[in-house]
Amino acid sequence: MSTVTAPAQAPAPTAPVLPPISLKAPIAYAVVAVLGLVLFGLLGPNGRTSGFAISTRTDVIQVPVFHVPSKLSAALLCLVALALAYLHYRATTTRRRPSPWIAPGYGVAMVLAFLIWAVAGKDSVLPLTGLLAGSLFLALPLVFGALSGLLCERSGVINIAIEGQLLFGAFLAAVVATLTKNAYFGLVAAPVAGVLVASLLVLFAVKYRVDQIIVGVVLNVLVVGLTSYLFSTVLKLNSDTWNAPPGLPVIPIPVLSEIPVIGPVLFRQTALVYLMYVVVAVLQVMVFRSRWGLRLRSVGEHPKAADTVGIKVNRTRVRAVLLGGAVAGLGGAFYTVGNSLAFGKEMTNGGGYIALAAMILGRWRPKGALAAALLFGFANSLQQQLNVIGTAVPSQIMLMTPYVVTIFAVAGVVGKVRAPASEGIPYVK
Amino acid sequence: MTSTSSSGTGAGDQTPPVAAAPEPAAAPEPAPAPGAPTGSRWRQVALEIATGSAGVTVLAVVLALLFGGVLIAAADPTVQAAAGYFFARPLDLFGAAWHAVSQAYAALFSGAVYDVEADSFARGIKSLTETLTLATPLILAGLGLGIGFRASLFNIGAQGQVVLGAVFAGYIGFAFQLSAPLHVLLAVLGGAIGGGLWAAIAGVLKARTGANEVIVTIMLNNIAVYLIAYLLSLHSWQRPNSNNPQSPALHDSSMFPLLLGDGFRLHAGFLLAIVACLVVWWLMERSTLGFQFRAVGANPEAARTAGISVATVTVWVMVVAGALAGLAGAAQILGTEGGSGLTEGIAGTVGIDAITVALLGRSKPLGIFFAGILFGALRAGGVVMQARTGTPIDLVLVVQSLIVLFIAAPPLVRAVFRLPSPRSHVGAETPSALTAKEVRA
Repeated sequence: MSTVTAPAQAPAPTAPVLPPISLKAPIAYAVVAVLGLVLFGLLGPNGRTSGFAISTRTDVIQVPVFHVPSKLSAALLCLVALALAYLHYRATTTRRRPSPWIAPGYGVAMVLAFLIWAVAGKDSVLPLTGLLAGSLFLALPLVFGALSGLLCERSGVINIAIEGQLLFGAFLAAVVATLTKNAYFGLVAAPVAGVLVASLLVLFAVKYRVDQIIVGVVLNVLVVGLTSYLFSTVLKLNSDTWNAPPGLPVIPIPVLSEIPVIGPVLFRQTALVYLMYVVVAVLQVMVFRSRWGLRLRSVGEHPKAADTVGIKVNRTRVRAVLLGGAVAGLGGAFYTVGNSLAFGKEMTNGGGYIALAAMILGRWRPKGALAAALLFGFANSLQQQLNVIGTAVPSQIMLMTPYVVTIFAVAGVVGKVRAPASEGIPYVK
Repeated sequence: MTSTSSSGTGAGDQTPPVAAAPEPAAAPEPAPAPGAPTGSRWRQVALEIATGSAGVTVLAVVLALLFGGVLIAAADPTVQAAAGYFFARPLDLFGAAWHAVSQAYAALFSGAVYDVEADSFARGIKSLTETLTLATPLILAGLGLGIGFRASLFNIGAQGQVVLGAVFAGYIGFAFQLSAPLHVLLAVLGGAIGGGLWAAIAGVLKARTGANEVIVTIMLNNIAVYLIAYLLSLHSWQRPNSNNPQSPALHDSSMFPLLLGDGFRLHAGFLLAIVACLVVWWLMERSTLGFQFRAVGANPEAARTAGISVATVTVWVMVVAGALAGLAGAAQILGTEGGSGLTEGIAGTVGIDAITVALLGRSKPLGIFFAGILFGALRAGGVVMQARTGTPIDLVLVVQSLIVLFIAAPPLVRAVFRLPSPRSHVGAETPSALTAKEVRA
């Protein structure tokens, strides 16, 4: 039959050479969706329901708690995910760009299917609003930390000291808030602490041209040692005078905070969260749309060229790193005044390193860093909620998940990301 | 490279391809000063020690201890009281400060080198053996990290690799029944394999997909923490009749023999660390594989052009580094902890401390050996200092980090002590391993 059409293909030498189609992503999507279908749907418990709550007690508009049949709805959600995987496959094979909604939609469907399976047959219901609000809240220090790393690396200085900046910010915020008995003074002090650590980073990395990764790692150790030492010698003995910070109050924004779901999640938060919205928005615009941002990025990409057109390379870097330190320090306030908690030894617990991962996962962009940090926040928040409800999955495995997901994301989705070209290289005129 | 020949391209000067290279390929060090002939390796080493960097090291330690002294004095209640009436009797303040600092540092010395308060020599010298015991895992893990740094792989994952090494070695130790030499050898091998496999994940991902090794190793550290917690929650890993997350005790046949008898914790793991230093030196300086490691570290593009598979080398660097970190985990569980079994805190902060050890040792085996012993001494001394004078051991972290910072910036140390800049010495201005690659014109 096809003998007639075969010769017609011959005269097509001008066709452009196309890159080979990679089906890795759709295949991975499909495999996970099928696994979910089997595990959450077909092998799921029979005749049980999963309960979810949307409204909080204080909402004006109350949405009642609702129950869904576990097995059926989990299976349906997995089928939706499978359909999205097929759409991705279609787009890939026809060389079109897959719709930007496929990946988030797929993620939401699979996570919901997992949630339905995890709470199936439990007496208590899963508070969805609380889950989301918790995600945003727990993502806070990661967002600030990632933005700090972004500011520094865009200017060509690697900032591993985010962890130290967060920790010192938490420390100073706690002490100042306790001494002044005002959480907002703590919020002012935290960036100062971050700038102090950043100025050491600048001194060694820019002035003495020591390897920036080394300085960062060592500064983290220094801050851990210093804050733990002061904690053991001063703070612990007189915790009432030194280490009993008041917490930041929750400020509901009128009207907006009454919208179901969105209101409590986005607009019933502390000042630190609102500050985070502002910082992300401002940086997203400033880094990519302003003269300052252009200079910042040029210094990080090609300092020699920047110098040639009259931009002071090292001065730009110093300012960017100090600003980054202030941002990270502010994020440190989350751990103490943001949470109404007293300062504790090493209380940031590796948050700065996760922030670094969020920055790279977000491809050195404020928006991306926000999304990546929210991913970590969601995983943490979910783990906390499921711990309360009780589920078949061991808590250690739950806690491990965000890190495993990050590895997959870095290896599969992000792959060879391109860092600012001149990061880590001191500039000598 | 004295002032006469300083017009070259810098530390990594390459002979033009036309000229027949008179130097052997495996000589990354800059040529020694004209006074010393190139012949003797020992003279070269002696010269390296004698030049400015050794002096800077000593001064950096002094400076860090001085700063630590300020912290000790500031936290001392007597000193604080004396500061209250400083203008009435200023000498009181200095007297009290001197008393607090000297007491603390005397305790530090007693715990690290020789306990002057002990009643017998054996008890006095126990401090030194304790230092060597604590230095063992730091040296092993530091060697692994050093290899990574020299191959330009920033492996933060030693912590996770130490944990996995301890898990593998510990499991072999408590689950198997074997005769003595075979059992311990198998357990040690298991530790190396555990660490190597864990690091290989990062290596393979870097080689295959370009995944940033810093992120992947950080993530693997966190995963290892929860992995060991999960394992210890399993029935088969738990000590019988116990609810604590702790594995059964290890069989005696799987333990490292003690070097100095029952009274001391020093075990054969320290000998393993010494052997590892020699092997790593041979690997990096004399073997083809080590040459490839260094070539990829110096310039991956050039290495690829020369026919070296960068991907394969990346995986091998991580495997070797991970195996060494795994040995550190094995040393912890088969030696230092005395066979009490696997716990969540088995790795302590070895993986993190090892980073500073590798940096301080400038990624060279001999340097890492001494850096490990220095940090082991600070750690051992810190415990005694905390017990005797109440100075928190956290001070040791401050001193450690300051030492590394000061050593990394010799101009700062010289400025503090008002020393002249040594123009005549080779490489004293910028120690190559610590200072970043500068932009070449």
